[in-house]
Amino acid sequence: MAIFSKDDAKQIMDKTLAFSKADTCEVNLSGSNAGNIRYARNSVSTAGYQNNQQLVVQASFGKKVGVASIDEFDDTSLEKAVRRAEELAQLSPENPEFLEPLGQQEYLESKQYYQSTADLSADYRAQVANASIEPARAKDVTAAGFLNDDASFSAMANNKGLFAYNISTNVDFTVTMRSNDGTGSGWVTRDVNDVDQFNGEEASAIAIDKALQSRNAKAIEPGKYTVIMEPAASIGLLQNMLRSFNARTADEGRSFMSKEGGGTKMGEKIVDERVNLYSDPQHPLVPSGTWAGDGQAIKPRDWLKGGVVENLAYSRYWAQEKEVEPIPFPTNGIMTGGDASLEDLIKDTKRGVLVTRLWYIRTVDPQTLLYTGLTRDGTFFIENGKIKHPVKNFRFNESPIIMLNNLEELGQQVRVNGNLIPYMKIRDFTFSSLSDAV
Amino acid sequence: MKRRDFLQYAGLGTGAMIALPALGHAIPAEALLTPGMDVAQKKVLADVALNTAKSMGATYADARIGRYLNQYVFTRENKVQNVVNTESFGVGIRVIADGTWGFSSTNDVSTEGIKKATEIAISIAKANGKIQKEPVILAPVQSHGDVSWKTPIVKSAMEVPVSEKVDLLLTANAAAMSNGASFVNSAMFMVNEQKYFASTEGSYIDQDVHRIWPTFGVTAIDNGKFKTRQALSAPMGLGYEYMMPDEAEKVAGIGGVKLYRNRYDIVEDASMAAQQAIEMLSAKSVDPGKYDLILEPNHLGLTIHESVGHPLELDRVLGYEANYAGTSFATLDKWKSGDFNYGSKIVNLVADKLQPGSLGAVGYDDEGVACKEWDLVKEGTLVNYQAIRDQVHMIDQKESHGCCYSQSWNDVQFQRMPNVSLKAGEEKLSPSDMLKDVEKGIYIAGRGSYSIDQQRYNFQFGGTLFYEIKNGEVVGMLNDVAYQSNTQEFWNSCSAICDKSDYRLFGSFFDGKGQPSQISAVSHGSSTTRFKDQNVINTGRTI
Repeated sequence: MAIFSKDDAKQIMDKTLAFSKADTCEVNLSGSNAGNIRYARNSVSTAGYQNNQQLVVQASFGKKVGVASIDEFDDTSLEKAVRRAEELAQLSPENPEFLEPLGQQEYLESKQYYQSTADLSADYRAQVANASIEPARAKDVTAAGFLNDDASFSAMANNKGLFAYNISTNVDFTVTMRSNDGTGSGWVTRDVNDVDQFNGEEASAIAIDKALQSRNAKAIEPGKYTVIMEPAASIGLLQNMLRSFNARTADEGRSFMSKEGGGTKMGEKIVDERVNLYSDPQHPLVPSGTWAGDGQAIKPRDWLKGGVVENLAYSRYWAQEKEVEPIPFPTNGIMTGGDASLEDLIKDTKRGVLVTRLWYIRTVDPQTLLYTGLTRDGTFFIENGKIKHPVKNFRFNESPIIMLNNLEELGQQVRVNGNLIPYMKIRDFTFSSLSDAV
Repeated sequence: MKRRDFLQYAGLGTGAMIALPALGHAIPAEALLTPGMDVAQKKVLADVALNTAKSMGATYADARIGRYLNQYVFTRENKVQNVVNTESFGVGIRVIADGTWGFSSTNDVSTEGIKKATEIAISIAKANGKIQKEPVILAPVQSHGDVSWKTPIVKSAMEVPVSEKVDLLLTANAAAMSNGASFVNSAMFMVNEQKYFASTEGSYIDQDVHRIWPTFGVTAIDNGKFKTRQALSAPMGLGYEYMMPDEAEKVAGIGGVKLYRNRYDIVEDASMAAQQAIEMLSAKSVDPGKYDLILEPNHLGLTIHESVGHPLELDRVLGYEANYAGTSFATLDKWKSGDFNYGSKIVNLVADKLQPGSLGAVGYDDEGVACKEWDLVKEGTLVNYQAIRDQVHMIDQKESHGCCYSQSWNDVQFQRMPNVSLKAGEEKLSPSDMLKDVEKGIYIAGRGSYSIDQQRYNFQFGGTLFYEIKNGEVVGMLNDVAYQSNTQEFWNSCSAICDKSDYRLFGSFFDGKGQPSQISAVSHGSSTTRFKDQNVINTGRTI
């Protein structure tokens, strides 16, 4: 069993710190139990179970830092790890950006752990696979899916008085359903902390329906279209955009967030005023960790408010250089939405394209946050408020900044990859070519 | 970690602090040189797994006892950001029971630990055997007995002191800065896989595999614009000798571009990078339209990887990767027809795990199959795929191609891409000769943005450096270039391939595939090659 309680973790870490002779010593202790099952061609292909635990010691003398790690926690091993980190620190070149670890911090309570998930078995995973495969087979569809569940903990302590502990569970599920005539494909993704909130059969049914509905897609001309983005489609572009909320690269002049002539776009309106993007580790639908790897507390924070850049992330080093408060990167992203359902958004669309998913997203130009990628697994033409027919997939070349400036309407939020993202209707989204891929 | 995540750390270099590899334990650099477990002891322990599996009803079993060593060095400008040394040691056991695969792994490499892991692997196989619809069929394999293989390196990178590597990177950084760069991030990745494989087929294989990748990103900034020029190095299956410049291994590209074969000159490349990054800031934005493209090997390698390597992986063709990487346009019916026109007549694409200096070179794959070379596309026609022991029966073949690989002892091995390369042209032809009859073209060097659909039809590629060609002459540098094409149309537009004197390797160090995702390293060789009438788009935008 690789999951330690808060008290057990603290005991091991305190013991480790007591061995330290360095200027500073910081200990990270983590562990996980993870199981998975993978299926394809309507049959199980691989399955596995892994448990891992690790203790990492970081010792420093001045600005010389050394790191060592172990997976055995008897006294001899703990002391050996500390000595090894100290030896390595003495041999290391100075890191001028090293800062002493933080002292005691106040953290919000993490709400990510569910015993229901921690108790999952290999039999449960096989049942999920079977409940995905059999309905597919019955409809002349082929299922390929992956279910991964884990229970994990992480803890951090140092000789400046800091102690942090977090425990969490996660279930991640994706399935691709392909019609056996090879002309249709559907996909769905689900992620939850509490497995009782997960229904693999219901998720699989959506993917099967998309596979059947997307058969024999018609080609329409590439160009600028009004699109309705499912949250699983827009998330990739939004996450890429959030990576540019880095104060250092912005200050250095090598980021979209850099301002011409110097400085950053902090305080500037960069997207439609209806765009509000924030993070909150205690949001009940998308709980996340409450402390960052450098010990900083993760708190609720606005990133875009009324379309204006409210915050950029500052590492502790860069914050010190700029004489501002450090701000850790968010551990989740929540974009406020509206009341409209997907059906409502379709009903109000005269001519447009419904996008299930964007794939193989890559940076084309970091200066303008231009990305390319393709639609996949369910792309449909909308006319006069109804889905008319499936369309062939497109390659897009678009920037999330342009996309969020061309916002038409926000719909209901959906959890995707630990984030909460609304359905979005966007005008003039740039599809640059057609793909024959199904 | 996915390849692009690593590239983000290593390339653009906006944040070079890197986490330890998930399985690695941090160790002092000197520990990279300590010998691992004795081969005789590994054999005894591997036999524990094989005998336990057989006694519990397995029809096949293999054990991989692996020690995986990594050293990564990160710097920016005049600072060392991080030095990471890791070691990971354990055993992975794979079995077939009830016609179904089962896998388990442990870092408890003792008789008891191995027995327990084997029992778990058997129990997983039996649990999933109940819903298995396609029992595993293995192609026969030769029993090799006790054998060994080692990457033919001149100097182990692990033996070179960290301080020497740091000094070299900082010297390259200084060269970039003194040539006008605003920022430079550089990194060196070194890997040593010490892996022992044993199977119930009677093979006991000990291998010592080395790889290295130096890289950097040099950024120039002016008037609110920034441009980054990436290194023109390639990750290689070589030792530290790759870091030792040799004039005989330098290759002159078009437009004054300097390129490298089996030895790299990082200081020279960093100097050039700074000058070129500055030039990129004011280079002409490309006029979109049709151009003949001349693609040098360090660029074309990635196009080969995405448009030939991946679509000819048999597991993708069969649907095993449908939920992640996707499937393939190169379906079995096209292959069976015997006349599927993948490319023009001069296109010969070969797979291998043998080329010296390549990332894919090993003696035996991770299920004990001796490595070889085979044709994928011959004179433009699709002739074969990449397959492993449990797949080849599906294409009516009796011998595995030897493409099985796992990133560590902790992950199950599966089909991974071998080296896939474009054969050099038969007739004497240099890049400068190739240029002469191009009226309107672009020369592209180095890797850039890349994206391709899930069946590998539609792709878009950028590059590192672009030079405009008019009437057989280079007229200047271009910006904002990307080309879009369809795989079959692209390879059928291949109109000339330089001879073998221009042949060299491109590499992908962190190629991702599978769920849970695993990385692998693979090379792609080619000579400079020309493609007619390609669709070039302008990627410049104003926001």
